[in-house]
Amino acid sequence: MVPRGSYHGVLFALAVLLLVGVGVITIGDQWWWLPPLASVHGAIIDQLFTVTLVLTGIVFVLVHLLLAYFVWRYRVRSPEQRAYFYLENRPLEVVYTVIPAVAMTGLVAAGTQAWFWIQGPPPEDALPVRVVGEQFAWRFQYPGLDGRLGQFHPRYVSDTNPFGIDPNDPAAKDDIVATELHVPVNRPVVTYLNSKDVLHSFFVPELRVKQDAVPGMTTRFWFIPTKTGTYDIPCAELCGQGHYIMRGQMVVESDTAFESWLAQQPTLATTLGLSQ
Amino acid sequence: MATTHAIETVATHHEPKSFWRRYIFSTDHKIIAIQYIITAGIMGIIGLVMSWLMRIPLAWPGESVPIAAKLFPGLFEGGVLRPDAYLAMMTMHGTLMIFFFLTAIFLGGFGNLLIPLQCGARDMAFPFVNMLSYWVFLLSCLIMLASLFVTGGAAGSGWTAYPPLSAVEQAAAGSGLGQTLWLISMAVFIVSSVMGGLNYITTVLNLRTQGLSMMRLPLTVWALFVAAILGLLAFPALFAGAVLLLLDRHLGTSFYLDHVVVAGQHLAREGGNPLLWQHLFWFLGHPEVYILILPAMGIASEIISNNARKPIFGYRVMIYSIIAIGFLSFIVWGHHMFISGMNIWLSAAFTLTTLIIAVPSAVKTFNWLGTLWRGRLRFTTPMLFAIGFVSTFVTGGLTGIFLGNPTIDIQLHDTYFVVAHFHIVMATSSVFGVFAGIYHWFPKMFGRMMHEGLGKLHFWLTFVGMYAIFFPMHYLGFFGVPRRYYGFNALQYLPVDAQAIQVFISIAAFITGAAQFIFLFNVVYSLLRGKRAEANPWQATTLEWQAPSPPPHGNWGEQLPVVYRWAYDYSVPGASQDFVPQTVPLDQEPTGERYHGYVPAAVNIPSATVDGGTNGGNSPSKADGSTNGGAL
Repeated sequence: MVPRGSYHGVLFALAVLLLVGVGVITIGDQWWWLPPLASVHGAIIDQLFTVTLVLTGIVFVLVHLLLAYFVWRYRVRSPEQRAYFYLENRPLEVVYTVIPAVAMTGLVAAGTQAWFWIQGPPPEDALPVRVVGEQFAWRFQYPGLDGRLGQFHPRYVSDTNPFGIDPNDPAAKDDIVATELHVPVNRPVVTYLNSKDVLHSFFVPELRVKQDAVPGMTTRFWFIPTKTGTYDIPCAELCGQGHYIMRGQMVVESDTAFESWLAQQPTLATTLGLSQ
Repeated sequence: MATTHAIETVATHHEPKSFWRRYIFSTDHKIIAIQYIITAGIMGIIGLVMSWLMRIPLAWPGESVPIAAKLFPGLFEGGVLRPDAYLAMMTMHGTLMIFFFLTAIFLGGFGNLLIPLQCGARDMAFPFVNMLSYWVFLLSCLIMLASLFVTGGAAGSGWTAYPPLSAVEQAAAGSGLGQTLWLISMAVFIVSSVMGGLNYITTVLNLRTQGLSMMRLPLTVWALFVAAILGLLAFPALFAGAVLLLLDRHLGTSFYLDHVVVAGQHLAREGGNPLLWQHLFWFLGHPEVYILILPAMGIASEIISNNARKPIFGYRVMIYSIIAIGFLSFIVWGHHMFISGMNIWLSAAFTLTTLIIAVPSAVKTFNWLGTLWRGRLRFTTPMLFAIGFVSTFVTGGLTGIFLGNPTIDIQLHDTYFVVAHFHIVMATSSVFGVFAGIYHWFPKMFGRMMHEGLGKLHFWLTFVGMYAIFFPMHYLGFFGVPRRYYGFNALQYLPVDAQAIQVFISIAAFITGAAQFIFLFNVVYSLLRGKRAEANPWQATTLEWQAPSPPPHGNWGEQLPVVYRWAYDYSVPGASQDFVPQTVPLDQEPTGERYHGYVPAAVNIPSATVDGGTNGGNSPSKADGSTNGGAL
């Protein structure tokens, strides 16, 4: 067969080199990057992300360079040419089985270790906050002076009790309810997540926080915010037509600012008209 | 492993004479393959148009697009795609592409076409069930498409259909009749896929022709075989899941529900859990993505070997990798649920299995590179798509290593990073497998060649276009842009560049989508005007190329083919040509097959032969000497 169209090999090599160039420059130079970090555990996530990026980046570049070289170098150039008959190379195959296996083992070890710490029990002094998702808003419940959160159950949801907190639970009376999440900086916060209706996901990009809120279950995520500021809380799990506008606000502020904000919020007893 | 079958009786069954029995209600696997490919292709085009509709508001929020609004008045309001219509398009796009396009075209299309032909069989083991499988599939397509026209529109809960959103009618516009039809259609689809799967598996195991041991099969058959096993074992889990969800929706059960308040109404269902659905769904859902990538891998292996004029590098290891991937694919499903509230130890276990599955995938990639190495590469259109497959499989596969790590997944889960990963492996790699396969086997299906120039144009626009669409989605993922969003105005944390990237992606999507019509034109043009194909236009070794193009009813005439060698005798030193078909006896041409099985060992690679080409002249025995470690 006459070697027609073999310039496509050269084109392919060039296209692949372009891809590698764009990938390495834009990602290596961090043209577009993760939102600025604002939590303690987030540093671990970012570190693992970067390590994985470097490892996979090496493979990405290496494989594509080989691919580019091979399609350029071994394109048909003469009708008489024959391919080099070669079946396999077991030692080589063992090498490229073992190297990924070792790399993967390392990533599994590092990943699960961090995972158990991030998902593990929160510090004793963590501030508990209940986060309740609904179509299409977030609500937040703080414990009162007793430090305990009143029970949540969808059966208690009503026009006067949109939070669905058990009005008969003694722990609930002094609870504080809000539609904005305020937390003190540099103090551990543990969120308990519930949903009234469908799945939602509590996502705070800067804090590297994401956890689904599941009806019928309580899920948990704890974190230590490290930077004061106001953060978006988008919903990350499809929850219906308004999914894209379901957004809460999280304010990370100093201890004193937090305490004074909290003091201004109504307690459940007030909103439900219960006697203290 | 020897398989000698006295199935000559099959040859005597009569070729149907009437048009209806021949082309419509046909039991001929080749006709059924074409029916599957055409139907799946139509579903793919509909899915493509849906992706275009979705890309409009993402890039140009709130802008009126009168042309689209005129074409699809039910979805637009004031010239703008409605949010509920966006969700319906998103859901149907995913559903159609994954199940009705890719699954159907790989198993129903290529499985039907290639398994009997490459196994040297006259037809599938159960031709009637095979025909039934297609017609049931068509029924499921019609039900799914009908759901677009019901009150409330099509389902809007994503192709994953997570309850309670999909379980409670009041939860979303599409959660009414649209969701019911979605579930019924999926259940019907699964019935069809089980009928197909039984057929493919049985045919591979029982109808291989004389001399064709499992270890001589082309990798396409191996890949389709394992994919069929995955489908047969995994799809029923979704069937069960769909039935339970229908019960929750219509009979008041609570498999997935536990006290929800939707639209101010308290549903006092007790004891269910939405996570059950996620487990059942992904128990299918993850093997499913391997059902879509394994056949593409098989097709790419075949085409790369054929066009590099070299045996596939590490044939046995390729098979072991396919089997390993198939097995592991059953125990990784939980990596979709790291942040769902699933037990954290379970997450750790799924992390381990998920990252292990990267190993056989890496091995396969390096073996493709090894096949290209010192080959004699012909850049036919199928070859371009096959090497495009390798590139995109690597790019898309590597990002899976991020998502398989639960710690990193906390940040990336449900962002555009997932969309990028998923679309580079499925929408690009798998789809490249489809295109490579169609360009390669079109001559066998229809007896005509496809137009090479148009094919190459199609390849270049698609290859560059797919990267232009999906590569930038990684950046959006870095930003933390959530997926399945109709608009992003509310998100303060996104940099301004995010919207510019969305515009770039949409423009790339429109151009790349339009390029697919070049392919459609090529198909139609080649059917009518294409150059007549010879029996073996690609100088290939496998059995289907030893039959006429297209093969007659019963495929092989009077006598079934007899196989004397493996499927990869390319450029064997001493052979008269650079390929030796599997049907050529060993005393006529040498073989490169490493492990001869039961074949008389008299014929070996002639060690003194030197190939006359430019690629050097090491004798193969010398080259392999150091690596000749014997069978595993």
